[in-house]
Amino acid sequence: MRFAVTRACGGGGGRARAGALYIGGSTTAPIETPSLLILTRKGLPTFVSCDHLAALPTPDSLLLHVSPLHFLDCPSSKTISNIGGLHQMLGLHEHFFVAAPRDSLESLPESEGTNKLGASFETPCGRRLIKPSAYVEKIASLKPNLWASMADEVPAWVSDKRNKTSVDRTLRWLDECLALDPAGGKTMLGVVVGGSNIEERKHCAIEVATRNVSGFWIGGFGLGENVEERSALLNVVTDNLPEEKVRFISGLSLPEEVLQGVASGIDLFDSTYIYHLTLGGFALIFPFKILDHNNLDFQLDDTVGDRTKINLRATIYRKDISPIVANCSCFTCQNHTRAYINHLLNVHEMLAHILLEIHNTHHYLGFFRAMREAIKGGKFDLFRQRFVESRRIHLTSAVLCS
Amino acid sequence: MEPLSRPRTPSFILGFSRRESFRSPTAKGEGERVGVVQGVRASYFLFDIKGCDFTLGKFNRARAARLTLPHFICQTPLFMPVGTQGTIKGLTNNQLEEIGCQIILGNTYHLALRPSAELIDDLGGLHKFMNWKRALLTDSGGFQMVSLLHLADITEQGVTFQSPVDGKPMLLTPEESIQIQNKIGADIIMALDDVVKTTITGPRIEEAMYRTLRWIDRCIAAHKRPDAQNLFGIVQGGLDPVLRDICVRGFVDRNLPGYAIGGLAGGEDKDSFWRVVAQCTAALPEDKPRYVMGVGYPLDIVVCSALGADMYDCVYPTRTARFGTALVPEGVLRLKNQAMANDERPIDSTCTCMVCRNYTRAYLHCLVTKDAMGSQLVSYHNLSYMMRLSKDLHTSLVEGQFPEFVQGFLRAQFPKGDVPEWVCNAMEVAGVDISTCCAPITS
Repeated sequence: MRFAVTRACGGGGGRARAGALYIGGSTTAPIETPSLLILTRKGLPTFVSCDHLAALPTPDSLLLHVSPLHFLDCPSSKTISNIGGLHQMLGLHEHFFVAAPRDSLESLPESEGTNKLGASFETPCGRRLIKPSAYVEKIASLKPNLWASMADEVPAWVSDKRNKTSVDRTLRWLDECLALDPAGGKTMLGVVVGGSNIEERKHCAIEVATRNVSGFWIGGFGLGENVEERSALLNVVTDNLPEEKVRFISGLSLPEEVLQGVASGIDLFDSTYIYHLTLGGFALIFPFKILDHNNLDFQLDDTVGDRTKINLRATIYRKDISPIVANCSCFTCQNHTRAYINHLLNVHEMLAHILLEIHNTHHYLGFFRAMREAIKGGKFDLFRQRFVESRRIHLTSAVLCS
Repeated sequence: MEPLSRPRTPSFILGFSRRESFRSPTAKGEGERVGVVQGVRASYFLFDIKGCDFTLGKFNRARAARLTLPHFICQTPLFMPVGTQGTIKGLTNNQLEEIGCQIILGNTYHLALRPSAELIDDLGGLHKFMNWKRALLTDSGGFQMVSLLHLADITEQGVTFQSPVDGKPMLLTPEESIQIQNKIGADIIMALDDVVKTTITGPRIEEAMYRTLRWIDRCIAAHKRPDAQNLFGIVQGGLDPVLRDICVRGFVDRNLPGYAIGGLAGGEDKDSFWRVVAQCTAALPEDKPRYVMGVGYPLDIVVCSALGADMYDCVYPTRTARFGTALVPEGVLRLKNQAMANDERPIDSTCTCMVCRNYTRAYLHCLVTKDAMGSQLVSYHNLSYMMRLSKDLHTSLVEGQFPEFVQGFLRAQFPKGDVPEWVCNAMEVAGVDISTCCAPITS
């Protein structure tokens, strides 16, 4: 695995960078970063089957996030190994899996249960304590392309003492995982934690940077920290990590949060945004090619209060025979109408979620691509500013109208 | 699927317009052309399915046929997946095309409730609403009312029921059922019948049979689109051969485009079931399709096909999939079973569907009943299995290998030779020799 920074914004652009991740050997095209990791359940997207997954834009859609926590009970590590690991078991030979010991949907870290022996998670099968040795064994059977060592992630409100313990513990587990790793860290991502404490974050980052890992997973975010203080915390971490190794973060889901992470120098993001939108019946419509227009005068669509997404359950879509987004090339927009999805949602049919997840994933991948273009063009700050402004415009104009 | 050949009597098919192939990730570009019957004169074929060709292959009563419908040319015998509310649960249209699905069934009752027949009509019909390029069939709505609603009552006028939306009393008449189905726009529509459970006995059955005949005339009169939609009548009469005979003759007199055998698949014993099917298929005209409603299990489909039926529908394959049960040549595979947890084989080693090519039983065991993807994948496989069964039935008849196919099918399902007696009896009437599949009787 190799990572190279292809464009660093520097100066006014801050820490944002474009990169290339060579994850599949020298002959495969690299994955450009910043990139989205598609969320999976037991290795497969929630609703998008492999044939539809293959139809999403590549190579963007080749990166999948996987959580070993989904495989705690079955299949057994032995069976997974016999089958040949994740790629074989899921029939996804062209895709790349990045494993992290966190499932932001269902198996959140349970810091009160975590102790010196292992990390505790609230899973659908009850509270589970995972030891580093068991974790590495599961990873060995799954054979993901990249995997993060185990972490003691704590929410923002724990005491300083507990936070400090989490850093020490995480570093200890990192060393344990490294020692157990037959590949000697070549596919490992070292974990950086430290909660909301700037000093601890700095200390942890400096320590992890000295280990022989191939990249970094930044944990402990999306667990209740203040959005305003997040940038400072991210910056102190990335400032103390080597430039030429990839950085992956969990817990930053929304576009604004992703932009915040990119501005601090993060390369990979897993996000629960698509999942929550899909389940809620929402479809993304926000424009992301916002650098193409010179005028910042956004016309407000009469029917839509929120320019980000539409709620396809709403009755205004009952007879709307247009696609979710005009000119969107995803399967859903090429083949189905808002009216049909509205009907499917009203009658509680699974197809609604399949179609929505396809579109939302396609759309979000488009957002990431636009972000990369902006970075490569040296215009990331402008992109971020315009994007945030456009999302808020419906609020300000609503105020003006009242 | 064989390529489209020239229609046998080109005079009544004025032209084929090629539809755009479905824009899907795996569209092969070529494949089936959709034939659209344009501007057919009403007087020429008031109730006909154009170009019904039943001479592709026969074995005694069993037959392979080509059924030309406005939106698709189908090969029979065929199984129709049930897409109750305008979708097959968990599958996209291109996946259905991939596995060879030819017709989908839509439920008039559900669609009339949501999104309503008016809306479907306003948006150009169900084909356009769903973006399904192939054929559709709608049922009359009667069965759902009787089976789903507590206070449904049947009178000469129609079916009175309590609206599930607001509790108001409502009435579904034959006229209204046809009107709704005209708006939905399916290739085949079903007459409203007075359906009774086969487990009921007494004069109610006779009353229902005669009423069904009276209602078919009302349906025919109300049908506004005979050129674009083919009205099938449904033969009733319970398990009584005399009543069934009267009903069949009544329908045949009306010269409908096709005939369904209704009132079965409701819990009657199998011995009665096959006898009714056999009687009806013997009496119904050869040159019209026969549709056994609510069937079903692969074994039932094979038997009914041997007896001369052509079309089937059932929720079984998709419903059982959602409970984690997969259809295999040996019968069923219960993926939830603990024994599957370490089984590294695919569901069916003879199956070439997307699911069997990519996933093991062990992995599917983790997914089924817990994750939506589990439902999707097993549904996909089960429907593939049913499509393969349909195709095998058709092909074996065309190639003169029907008895061999039936024997192979039975041997796989009953390796010990314990073929049920009703199957043996039915096959005897069908003239299919299955003695090699049955273990010698120990007396």
